[in-house]
Amino acid sequence: MNAPASPGAHAGGAEPHAAHGHDHAGHDEHHEPGFFRKYIWSHDHKMIGKQFLITSLVWLFVGGGLALIVRWQLGFPNEPISGPLGSLVEALWGTRTVNGDVYNMAFTMHASIMIFGVIIPMLVGAFGNYLTPLMIGARDMAFPFLNALSYWFMWPAFLLLTASMFIGGASGAPASGWTAYPPLSYLAGQGQTLWSLGVFLAGASSIMGAVNYITTIVTMRAPGMKFFRMPMTVWAIFITSILGLLATPVIGSAQIMLTMDRVFGSSFFIPKGLVQGTDPDLNPYQMASGGGAVILYQHLFWFYSHPAVYIMILPGMGMVSDILATFSRKPIFGYRPMVYSIGGIAGLGFIVWGHHMFQAGMNPMLGMTFMLSTMMIALPSAIKTFNWLATLWRGSIQFTVPMCYALGFVSMFVIGGLSGIFMAATPVDMHIHDTYFIVAHIHYVLFGGSLFAAFAGIYFWFPKMFGRHMNYKLGYLHFAITFLAFNGTFFVMHLVGLGGMHRRTQDPYSYYPYIESMLPENRIMTISAIVLGFTQLLFVFNVVWSMFKGEKATQNPWNCNSLEWTAAPSPPPHGNFGPVIPTVYRGPYEYSSPEVAEDWLPQNRDLAKPAGAPAGH
Amino acid sequence: MSHAGAVPLAPIDTLGQTEYSRRTFGFTPGKFAMWLFLASDAMGFVGLLSAYIVLRFANPSATWRPETGNWVAGAEGAEGLPALAPILTGINTFILIVSSFTMVLALDAIQKGNQKGLKLFLGITALCGMTFLGIQVYEYQHLLHEGLSMWVHPYGATFYICTGFHGAHVLAGVIYLTCIWIKSARGGYTKENHSAVELVGLFWHFVDLVWIILFTIIYLF
Repeated sequence: MNAPASPGAHAGGAEPHAAHGHDHAGHDEHHEPGFFRKYIWSHDHKMIGKQFLITSLVWLFVGGGLALIVRWQLGFPNEPISGPLGSLVEALWGTRTVNGDVYNMAFTMHASIMIFGVIIPMLVGAFGNYLTPLMIGARDMAFPFLNALSYWFMWPAFLLLTASMFIGGASGAPASGWTAYPPLSYLAGQGQTLWSLGVFLAGASSIMGAVNYITTIVTMRAPGMKFFRMPMTVWAIFITSILGLLATPVIGSAQIMLTMDRVFGSSFFIPKGLVQGTDPDLNPYQMASGGGAVILYQHLFWFYSHPAVYIMILPGMGMVSDILATFSRKPIFGYRPMVYSIGGIAGLGFIVWGHHMFQAGMNPMLGMTFMLSTMMIALPSAIKTFNWLATLWRGSIQFTVPMCYALGFVSMFVIGGLSGIFMAATPVDMHIHDTYFIVAHIHYVLFGGSLFAAFAGIYFWFPKMFGRHMNYKLGYLHFAITFLAFNGTFFVMHLVGLGGMHRRTQDPYSYYPYIESMLPENRIMTISAIVLGFTQLLFVFNVVWSMFKGEKATQNPWNCNSLEWTAAPSPPPHGNFGPVIPTVYRGPYEYSSPEVAEDWLPQNRDLAKPAGAPAGH
Repeated sequence: MSHAGAVPLAPIDTLGQTEYSRRTFGFTPGKFAMWLFLASDAMGFVGLLSAYIVLRFANPSATWRPETGNWVAGAEGAEGLPALAPILTGINTFILIVSSFTMVLALDAIQKGNQKGLKLFLGITALCGMTFLGIQVYEYQHLLHEGLSMWVHPYGATFYICTGFHGAHVLAGVIYLTCIWIKSARGGYTKENHSAVELVGLFWHFVDLVWIILFTIIYLF
C-alpha cells in the first residue's frame, strides 16, 4: 500500500488515468497568472496558506483588542479606557467606560474571533495549506479549487462575526460567551443570529479544508513517502483533519437549531415556561412552545468544541516536534509513539466532551465516566512531553528564535496540561468551575501552546515562505517580552481563580466584596496584558519588514531534512519541485547520522548515488 | 526498499493531480474525497437525529404525537397535533429505493459502455428524486394545514429539521443528477471515463440510506 506508485502502475488500476483526469478538468490551464489570480483567487496552496496566515494575523489584533477591553475593566473597573483603544471603543460603541454590554460583547467576541478566526485558520489553514503538499512532496493540494473556496468561505464568516458586534450596538451584540449556551443565547440580541451563521460558515470552511488535507495526504505522497516517513507536522494535520471532518458538522447542526429557535420560534433548546405571557421587550418571534432540552445544546456544542481544542493544539504539537528535532540535531525520540499518541489524543478527544458540563446538571454517573476518559488523555500527552524532553536530551541545541518558541510551547503546554487535570476531576472542578482558573488553563494551552507554536512555525518557515529571514534580534526581544508578559498575565489567573474570582463578570468587585482584595493582582494582569498586546506589534512589524527587506534566505537555511527544504529556491515556484518530484528514501529526522559527514540527511538524498547532496546548499 | 526510479517529466499544468497520485484502496482522489464528505455529512445528520432522540425521550410519548391515523379526521394527538402518514411516506421511501436501484443500473450501463442505458437510468433516477420531493412538499403542506409547525411542539421542530435537511440533500442530489444527465445526454461519458457517474451514485445512495434510517426512526417508532 505504501509502495510508491509509478505512472505505469497507475494506468493498470481499475479505472484508466484518463477518467481520473476528468475530475479535475477545467482547472489550471497554466500560464503566468495576473494579479487577481495570483494574489486573490489563487489556487496555489502556498498562496492560500499565506492568505490564511495574513488574515489570521489581522484578526489576532481584533481579538487581542477585545481582550484588552476585558482586562481594562478588571484592572481599572469603571474607569474610562485611556489611549487610542479608548477612543476606538468610544467611536465604535459610544462609551469609553466598559459597561455591561460592552464587557459581555468583548469577552464573547474575543473568544469567538480567537478560536474561529485566528487559531484554527492559522494552524490548520495557514500551516496545513502551506506545509502539507511541500512536506509530502506533492505539487499542490488534491483539489486546488476547493482549497481556494475554503479560504473564501472564511470571509463571509469574518464579516458576519464583525457585523454581529455592531448590528444592534453593544446591547445587540452576542453576549453569551463563545459557547452561546441557550437560553442565554436565545434571549440575546440580533447579533447572536449572525454569530451562529458566521460559526456555521467557518465550520463549512473547516470541512472543505479537512476533506482536502486528508485526500492530499493519503493519495498524493511522493514516491517512497510512506505514512511512517511523514514529518510529525503532516501527521498532526492529518489527524486534526479527521477530527475536524467528523466533529464540525455537529456544531453546524447545533447552530442551525439555535438559529431556528431564535428566528422561527421552534423549541429545540427552550424549556417550557421560559417565555411566558406577552412581554413587550421580547422579540415577537419568541413564541416558543417550550419542551426543548437546554443541555442538549451543550452536548452538541461540546461534541464539536472539545475535539476542536485538539484541532487547535495538535498541529502545534506537530510543528514543535519538527522544530525541536531540527534544532537539537537529533532524531525525534520515539517517532511512532509520537504518532500513536496524537492518534490517542484525538480518539479520546471524541469521548470526553462531558467534562465541560459537570456543573450543568448532567447525571453524576455520566460525569464519572467523562472524568475517567478525560484523565486518560494525560497518558498520550505525557508520552509526547517526555519524548520532547528526550529529544532535547544531549542534543546540540541551537537556541534560534523558533527553538525558543518551541521550548516555550513545551513548558507552557505542560503547565496548561497539568491545570487541565484539576478540572478533569469532578470534585475539584466544582470548586474552580467558571472561575479564572479555567481562563488561565485555556490561555496556557491556547496562547502558550497553540500561539507559541504558531510563532515558532512562522519564524521557522518564514524563510521558505517569503525567501527572506526575519530579523532575529527583534525575534528574541519579541520572545522574551511575550514570554514574560504572557506569564504575568495568565499565571496570576490561577491564583485569583482558586480564590474564587468568577469569569464573565463585568464588575466582580462590587457584586462580590470578597473579590475586592484581588484588585492588585488584576491590575498586574492588566498591565502585563497591555505589554503583551503591544509587543505583538513588534512581531507584525518584523513580519512586514522582513517580507521586503529581510536578509535573503537560502534553500535550506536550517539544514533541515524534510522535503519542503529541498524545494528550490525559497520561496518555491508554482508546482513546488521543478520537473521531477523528489523520491524519498528515509524518515525526516535523520540528524547527526553516522552515514554522512554533515549532521543532516535529507529525506530525498539517495546514498547509493555518489556524493553531492541534492538538498544541500 | 522499493521505490520508483526517475519519475518522468510532468507537464506543470497537471497540478493537483500529480503524475503519481496514487489509488488508495483502489480509490481515485475524487472518490476518496466523496467518501470523506459523506462521513462528514453523516455526522451532520447524527447531530440532528440525536436532537430528535433526546427530545423525544424528554417528552412523554402521549404528548409527542398520535400513534395512528393517516390524516383521518379525529386522529389527533393529545396536543391536537396531526399524525404522520407512514403509508404515503412508505410509498415515497419505496420510490427512493427504486431510484437507488436505477442508479446502480445507470452505472452498470456505462461500465459496459452503454450510453443510452446510462441516459435512461440516470433520467429515471432524477425523476424518482423529483417525485420524492413532490410528495414531501405535499406532505409538508398537509401537516402545516393540520397545524403541525416548527413552533407548536418539538415534535414539529425535530420532524421538519430532520426531514427538511434530508430534503435539501435530495434537492441537491436531483440537481447533481440533472447536471450529470445533461452531460450523459451529450455522450459525455464513456466506458473508460465515467467517474463522475460513480461519484453522483455514491452521493445518491447515501441520501437514500439516510432516508431509510430517518423513516425508520421518525415514522415507524
